[in-house]
Formats: sequence, structure tokens, C-alpha cells
Amino acid sequence: MPQLVFKWEWLPKLAQGLTLTAEITATCIAIGIVLGLILALGRVYGRHIFYWLASAYVQFFRGTPLLVQLLMVYYGLPSWGISLSPFISGILAMGLNTAAYQAEYFRGAIQSIKAGQMLAARSIGLSRSQAIRYVILPQALRLVIPPWSNELIYMLKYSSIVYMVTVMDLMGVARVIAARNFRFFEVFIITALIYLALVLIISWLLRLLERRVKIPGLGAER
Amino acid sequence: MIVFRGLPGLFQASLLNIALLFGLIGLGFVVGIPIALFQVYGNRLLGGVASAWEWFFRGVPELVLLFLFFFGSAQLGLKISAFVAATLALGFRSSAYQSQIFRGAIQAIPKGQMMAAHSIGLSRWQAIRYIILPQALRLAIPPWSNEFSSVIKDTTLAYAIGVNEITRYARFITERHYRLAMAVYLVVALIFLLFTYLGNRLLGTLEHALRVPGFEAKAARAAGEHG
Amino acid sequence: MASNVILKVEDIHKRYGREEVLRGVSFSLFKGETKVIIGPSGTGKSTLLRCINRLTPPDRGRVWLDGVEVSHPKTNINKIRAAIGFVFQDFNLFTHLNALDNVRLGLLKIKRLDKKKATEIAMMELERVGLAEKAKAYPAELSGGQQQRVSIARALAMDPKVILFDEPTSALDPELIGEVLEVMTDLARAGMTMVVVSHEMGFARSVADEIIFMEGGVIVEQGSPEQLFTNPRQKRTGEFLRKITELYGEAS
Ligand SMILES: Nc1ncnc2c1ncn2[C@@H]1O[C@H](COP(=O)(O)OP(=O)(O)OP(=O)(O)O)[C@@H](O)[C@H]1O
Ligand SMILES: [Mg+2]
Repeated sequence: MPQLVFKWEWLPKLAQGLTLTAEITATCIAIGIVLGLILALGRVYGRHIFYWLASAYVQFFRGTPLLVQLLMVYYGLPSWGISLSPFISGILAMGLNTAAYQAEYFRGAIQSIKAGQMLAARSIGLSRSQAIRYVILPQALRLVIPPWSNELIYMLKYSSIVYMVTVMDLMGVARVIAARNFRFFEVFIITALIYLALVLIISWLLRLLERRVKIPGLGAER
Repeated sequence: MIVFRGLPGLFQASLLNIALLFGLIGLGFVVGIPIALFQVYGNRLLGGVASAWEWFFRGVPELVLLFLFFFGSAQLGLKISAFVAATLALGFRSSAYQSQIFRGAIQAIPKGQMMAAHSIGLSRWQAIRYIILPQALRLAIPPWSNEFSSVIKDTTLAYAIGVNEITRYARFITERHYRLAMAVYLVVALIFLLFTYLGNRLLGTLEHALRVPGFEAKAARAAGEHG
Repeated sequence: MASNVILKVEDIHKRYGREEVLRGVSFSLFKGETKVIIGPSGTGKSTLLRCINRLTPPDRGRVWLDGVEVSHPKTNINKIRAAIGFVFQDFNLFTHLNALDNVRLGLLKIKRLDKKKATEIAMMELERVGLAEKAKAYPAELSGGQQQRVSIARALAMDPKVILFDEPTSALDPELIGEVLEVMTDLARAGMTMVVVSHEMGFARSVADEIIFMEGGVIVEQGSPEQLFTNPRQKRTGEFLRKITELYGEAS
């Protein structure tokens, strides 16, 4: 059995990478919420070109690998004269990608709200967009929390992909340390544990959120 | 022009993605079924081990797994090829997701089915084999299709450990023809859209072929998994 | 006489959490006999039937089937279960198998008959419950009454020594009850040994050799239909029978 090695000095470096991982995940999720919501509304309430565009977007980004999307942004866009830093490329690719998935979760939630809610909202004189804003979305957003939590965890894990365009996130740092010491096994076990711990913390926080915003009778049948 | 000349090469490289896909999804299936069975029917020890397995392989990023299985194993003195490492890493990851799908399907089968199976004298194992699994696997097809489309895309991650799959080949072209980068990656994207489409057609056909009255209602497609 | 006893149940106890559902139930069943068990809801009738073939293991008490102790740890319970037919309230036909395969499964996998022989027997049993022409239909394509008849055929195919029926008609629409009771009546007349939990009083009166009235996890009274209906020893028995007759009616 080969000797296992561990050095304390690895930890602060990994922690630096971790900060970047957290930033990237948070930013791309935020982009994804805004864009995803727009896309979902486009697919549920949009007509003609708007519906069609939103659907094509979702199809494309869900049907192709995130890595290919990232390489398109990082290596592809420069060939069209647009050069972005590795960090921005990573965030952009991941944000565009998660938007497509989040759009589907939002759409599912919106469509699971009973038609009577829209009718009732219109019957008291709300316009369509007011009804969406004040009646449909407050309900749909609560329903979407569980699938959305999965998406957040997914993106946390997938953010490791940015190391491929030289970003020094947790994965990137781990790779460098491991290669320098030729200690892939130890370093990546530690890295795996850090990711696992993050996943645990995030799921716990989201369950807390879900409980905080819970309304009796909403989402019980899910 | 060069994009067209690169096309056969891209398709050829994509065969490795397909091979990896079948390898990993097969491994994920073979491991995922017992994991699910241990969780539902196993004793505490087996159930605990199965849950720990699922938790680990669901929570760790694919890339970290790839590095562990390829470079980590090399460091420990195990010589395996990048392709095998990718199959194991991604296959075990998939087994965690597949086991969750199968577990859900098994638990969705009414208790009375197991009781009826026992009542005619089938042992627990026979009941699982002849009654529970045939029903659970049918119920699992729609969510399993999602996992399928998700792992097709994940095969590109094997790029990270040097498997000569399609994105690596694309990079190889674009390194020399820098201006064509976008066009080449768009072609790669289109190839994946094609794969996803074909995969869904295939699974749709399978679902249709295995259709049994009484399962349609439950077979409503679950929301998409990620990839 | 003892040689004629095919099923013997002795002092069965079962508790769920704090609630003692069965508190010492004993009875014997003779070959060819039909016993009907009645009693209020939640009294432990289903639990008792399930304790007999150990779908639910009892906490205490013993069961013999044709001289073999079912409850003995060395007994092969699967073999015993194959010899005890069980008909469920909600049928529990195997959803993914058509009627023929439902009936044939045990013959192939337990009795290990070849396919031809198994099919022959299965078709015969389907014929017996009047559903030979539905052999290829899946459970979802059958009415409740038809499903229950297939499930009776499934039990019969194993050539059981006794069949336990747990409220076989109570999940059925009223117009479908008759066809199932008819099959059961024919079985009883043909000499099948049966234990039937049911509140179909018409059936109980005309078919049962003995009625057992259970309440609170014990047998309150047992006797011939004549005696229980006309001259019950316990006050509770009379009250319950009056109530049940009002509820379900007498005719059948
Ligand atoms: N698996 C179980 N776990 C916990 N309690 C149970 C279980 N099965 C039955 N019970 C309880 O045991 C009691 C007896 O149930 P059982 O189903 O045997 O009654 P029953 O006489 O068949 O009633 P019914 O006429 O309603 O079918 C009930 O109070 C029930 O709640
Ligand atoms: Mg009952």
C-alpha cells in the first residue's frame, strides 16, 4: 500500500479556489433566474416569435453539452471578434446553460398552478401581466424550490468545468497542487469532500428557505 | 471548407463518445439496480452502504471523479486507460442517479403486488425478479430517458483526462484553424442535438414496445434532469 | 376426526405498536368446510387471515396446515403459501401480466411445470371462473369483478388445500358482486375448503358451514348460520347481525 501524504499548506490554497467556485456558482445562478424566468414566461404566455425563440433557446442549451457551450464562448466567440476573460466566459456559459434548465422548472411550476387562479385574478380586474406578477408567480416560485435546489447543486458541481479554460477555481487549484506534488489521490479526495460538504450545506439552507416561505395548502400534493 | 473536411473526423471521434455512453450507462444500470434494491429491501448494513455510495457519487463533480479514477489510480499504481477510467467514473456517477430512479419506481409499486406474489408462494427474490422489477423498470423508462440524455452530454467531460472524444478532436482542429472555432463547435453542438434526438426516438420506441395497459397514466414524463 | 382437520389455528396474537389487534384466536377448519368470518371494521379479520400464511408473522400462536406446522421456523414458508390460496380485497393482480400469465406464473415458477402443461391448467381455471376468452387481457382492461375472478383462478391454479378470501367483494360495484359470489358458491359446493371474510349475509347464510363473529381481536361467538341468525348466544352477535343485515340487505 503506497504511503498517503497530506500537507496543511494545501488547505488555504484550496480555500481560495473555493471562493471563486462560490462566486461563479452564485453569479451564474442569478443570471439563470432572470433569464430563465423570462424564457419560461415566453414559453407559457408568449406568442409566435417570442414563444418560438424561447423554445429554440431551451432546446439548444439543454440538448448540447455544457463543455461545448463553454468552448464556444471561450474559443468560438474570439473567432467572431469577441474576446472574454476566462472568468467571464465561464460565468456566461454557465449562466446561459442554467437559464435553459431553470426555464423548464419555472414553466412546469407555472403550468401546475390551476387555471382557476388566473380566472379569479382577471375577474377582480387585474390585467394579464398583473395577474402573472401578483398571483401566478408568487405561487409558482414556491413550488419551484425543490427542483431548483437540485439545479443549484448541479451548477455548483458543474462549475468545476471552468478550470478547463484556466480559471483557478477549487478544481483548478486542486489540479495544480496535485500535479505539482503528484498527489492526485489525496488532493482529489479532499476536494471531493469539500464539494460534498458544500452540497450538504446548500441543501440544508434551501430546505430552510422552503420552510420559511411555505404556505399551507400550496404544493402539498407534490 | 475545412469544417466539411473535418466532419468525418468529428463523426469518427464521436464514436468514442457513443462507446463511452454505452459503457457508462450499462455500468450505471448494472450497479444502480442492486443499489436501489439494497436501499429498499436490504438490511441496515447493505442499505447504509448503498446510501453512502449514492450520496458520494451524486455529490462529487464528474471532473473530480474523472481525476480520481485516472490520475489518482495511476498514483496508487493501478494502470488503467483513460477510457476505462472515464467509464468507471462516469458509470458509477450514473449508478447513483439511476439507483434513485429505480428506487422511486420500486417504491411506487403498490404493496399488494409483493403480498400477492408471496401469497402464491414466490420467495422474496422471485417476487422481486418476476413481479417488482418488470413493473418498476417500465415505470422508470421516462426518468431514465432523462438520465440517458444527460450522460450523452457528460461523455464530453472525458476530454479532461485525454480521451480522444469529439470535443478533443474539435479542439485539435481549432488549434490549427483558429478562425473556424465557432463553426466547428456549432457542428459539434449539432451532432449532440442529433444524438439526443435519436436517443429519445430509440427510448420512445422501447417504451412503446414494452407498453402494458395500466402503466400509461403513471408514465407521465418527469421534469428534465441536468446535463 | 383430527385427520379431517386441514387447517388449525391456535392462540394467535398480534400487536401493532401499542394496539393488540389479535388477542388469542383459535379455530379449526375441516376438509371441504366453508367458514365465514364477520365482525366490525378494525377488528383484526384481515390481520388474522394474513397471520395464517404469515404474510404478517404473528407474535404468538401456531398454525398447522394438513399436519405441517406453518409457524415452525424450519418450515419452508413459500411452499406452504403455495398451498394456501389468498384472495385480496383489491385483487392485486400482477399489473404487468395478462390474465393468463397471472394465473400461469406460479405454475411455471413454483411448480416448475412446462409451458404447455401450465397453459393448459391456467386456461382450465380461467374457464372455471368464466373468463377463458379474457386470457390475453391485462388487469387494466378488466372490470373489478373480472379481475377478482382472475385472482380466484390464480389461487385455484396452485391447487391449494384451502383458500382464504379477504372481503373479496367489498371493493366492487354492487352490480359486479354477484358474479364473484357465484364463482365462490360454486367452489364451496364443489368441496373447496375456504375461509371467507365477508359481510354478504346472503352468501354466508346459504354457503357457510359455520360463521365466526369476531370483535376486539377475539372470537365472540361461532356457530351455524341458523343458530347465529335465529338464536345467538351473545347479545353483541345479535346486534351486529341486525346492523349488518340492514346495511347490506339480506337477499343475494
Ligand atoms: N400494517 C399495519 N400497521 C399498523 N397497524 C395495522 C396494520 N395493519 C392493520 N393495522 C391495525 O390493526 C387493526 C386491525 O386491522 P384489520 O385490517 O385486520 O381489521 P379488519 O377487521 O380487517 O377491518 P376491516 O373490516 O376494516 O377490513 C386496525 O386498527 C388497523 O389499524
Ligand atoms: Mg380487512
